[in-house]
Amino acid sequence: MLDAAVAPEITLVTQAQPRPQGYWRSVGRKLQRDPVTIAFGILLLAIVGMAVFAPLVAGANPSTGSILHRLAPIGTPGHWLGTDENGRDMWARLCYGGRLSLLAGVAPVVMALVIGGLLGVIAGYAGGFVNALIMRIMDVFYAFPSVLLAIAICGVLGNGLTNVILALSLVFIPPLARISETVTAQVRRLDFVEAARASASSPAQVIRHHVLANVLGPIMVYATSLISVSIILASGLSFLGLGVVPPTPEWGVMLNALREAIYVQPYVAALPGVMIFLTSMCFNLLSDGLRSAMDVKLNP
Amino acid sequence: MLLFAARRLLLAIPVLLGVSLVVFVLVHLAPGNAIDMLLPPEASARVVAEVKAAFGFDKPLYMQYLLWLRSALTGNFGVSIFNASPVLGQLFVALGNTFILAVLAAAVGFSFGIGLGLVAALHHGRWPDKLCSAIATAGVSLPNYWVAIVLVLFTAVLHNWLPAQGMGPDQVPLWDRGQYLILPVVSLALIPMGVIGRLVRATVLEVLGQEFVGALRAKGLGRGPIIRHICKNAAAPVLALMGLQFGYLLGGSILVETVFNWPGSGYLLNLAIFRRDIPVLQATVVVLAAFFVLLNLLVDIVQAAIDPRLRR
Repeated sequence: MLDAAVAPEITLVTQAQPRPQGYWRSVGRKLQRDPVTIAFGILLLAIVGMAVFAPLVAGANPSTGSILHRLAPIGTPGHWLGTDENGRDMWARLCYGGRLSLLAGVAPVVMALVIGGLLGVIAGYAGGFVNALIMRIMDVFYAFPSVLLAIAICGVLGNGLTNVILALSLVFIPPLARISETVTAQVRRLDFVEAARASASSPAQVIRHHVLANVLGPIMVYATSLISVSIILASGLSFLGLGVVPPTPEWGVMLNALREAIYVQPYVAALPGVMIFLTSMCFNLLSDGLRSAMDVKLNP
Repeated sequence: MLLFAARRLLLAIPVLLGVSLVVFVLVHLAPGNAIDMLLPPEASARVVAEVKAAFGFDKPLYMQYLLWLRSALTGNFGVSIFNASPVLGQLFVALGNTFILAVLAAAVGFSFGIGLGLVAALHHGRWPDKLCSAIATAGVSLPNYWVAIVLVLFTAVLHNWLPAQGMGPDQVPLWDRGQYLILPVVSLALIPMGVIGRLVRATVLEVLGQEFVGALRAKGLGRGPIIRHICKNAAAPVLALMGLQFGYLLGGSILVETVFNWPGSGYLLNLAIFRRDIPVLQATVVVLAAFFVLLNLLVDIVQAAIDPRLRR
C-alpha cells in the first residue's frame, strides 16, 4: 500500500527504517562508494577554495598589470597561467573571478529555493484556491524561456551583480515552486500526514515535522542541478555585457574581453570558459550522485 | 480528446495575458527612457511633449498597456524608436532566421540525444553507458557561447574550413549557404543533446525495470521488438522535454547568435536592449514567450494523444 502511493522521485525517510542505520547514514555510505561523485566533489571544493581564499592563493593583484607583459602564454615565469589583454595575471583573475561567478551562480538558486520552495510547499499542502492562485502566477513566469526572461530582466534593469542575481532568482522560482508543489502534494496524501492532522497538529507543525523532512531531499537534488545552469547563465549575461562589467574579474566578463585575444593566445583566452565548464560539470555530477544515492529503489 | 484540447487552449489565454502584462510592466520599470535617447538634452519641453505624444508615452500606464495590447492582437507592434521601421517586419525576418537555427539544432540535438540515451540505457553500467553519459553531461555543462568561440577558432581561424560568422550573401539561396549554418547549429545543439540524452537514459532505465519488459522477454520476443515497446513507453516524457527544449532554442539563442552575428531574434533583442528600443524589445519578448506557450500547449495535446492517462 505504502509503496504504491510513493511516486518515483520521493524517497521516504521511513522507508529505510528496517536498516540499523538511518536514511542519511546510508546515503552517505553510498556516496562514499561513488568515485565519480567524490572526485568531482573534491574538484568543486578546490574551485570554491580557490575563490574564497583568493587573497591567499592568487599571489598577484587581479586588477593591476603591465601592458608590456600582456597576453603572455601559459607557463610564463611569474604568470604560470599567462596574462590577459591588459597584462593582468590570469591565475589571480580566475581566482577572484570565481568569487563573483560562484556567487552569481549559487545565490539565485538559494533565493529561489527559499521563495519557490516555500510557495510550492504552501500550494501543495493547502490545495484548492491557494494552490490555484500560486500556481497560475507561477505558470505566467514559467511561460518564458529561461534565458529570454533573464536577459529581458537584466537588459531592462541594467548592469550589475544585484540585477543578475535578481533576474536569475526570478527565473528559478517557478520550476522550484512547481517541483515542491508536486512532491508536497504527493507526501500530503500519505497516511502519516493524515495521522498527524487527525491528532490536531497545526498545518505549520505538520509541514515542519512531517512534510519538509520528506520533501527537502528531492528539491535539494533538483536545486543542485539548477546551480550548474545558473552559473552558465550568469556568466552568459556578463558575456553579453548585461551583468558584471569590466574591469571586475568575473569568468563571463573575462571570456568576452579575451574574445579578440583568441587569435593570439587561444589557450589563455579559453581558460575562463574551462572554469565555467568545470564548475557547471561538478554541480551536475554532484546532483546525479546525490540523486542515485538518495534513491532507495535504485540501489537496494 | 477534442474537449481536452479545447480546455487547454482556454487555459492558455490567461497565461498569455499574464505574459503580456509582465513584459509591459518590466519594460516600463526600466530606468532611463527612450525619449531621452532619441532627443538631445537641450530639446525644448514642447518638442519632448510632441515626441512623447507621438509614441503614446503621455498617456497613463494602464491606457498605454490596453492600447498596446489592442494593436498587438492585430499584429501591429508599432514602429521602432531607433529607425522608425515597423517592428513586425523586423521581427518577422529575425524570427525566421532564428527558426532555421532552432529547427536544425533541435533535429541534430534530439537525434544525437536519443541515440546517446538509448545506447547508455541498453548497456547500463558498462563502458558504453559511461561514455554516453559523460558526453551527455558534458553537453549540458558546456557554456555554448564558449563552445561557439572555440569552434570558430578551430574551423575558421586555424583551418579556414568554415565561415566564422554571419549568414552569407543575400543573393545566394539559403540552401547553398549551408556552411554558414554548421557552427551555430553545432553550438546550439549541445544542450538539447545533453538534456534529451540524460532524460532518455533515465526514462528507458525506468521502463526497463517494469514487469512488462520481463513478460515480453519471457514470451520470447526479440531484442528489436522489445526496444520498440520500450520506446513507446518512454516517449511521453521525452516528447514533453523536447517541446520545452525547442522553445529554449527559439528563446535562448541570443548568446550563440551574438557570437556568430546571426541576424535572428536574439540578436534583435540584444540590439533593442542596448538601444533602449522599447517597442522592439516588448514585441520580441512577447512573441517569443507566446511561441513558447503555444508550443507547450501543442506538446500537451500530442502527449495526451499518445498517452490517454494524461487526459484528465
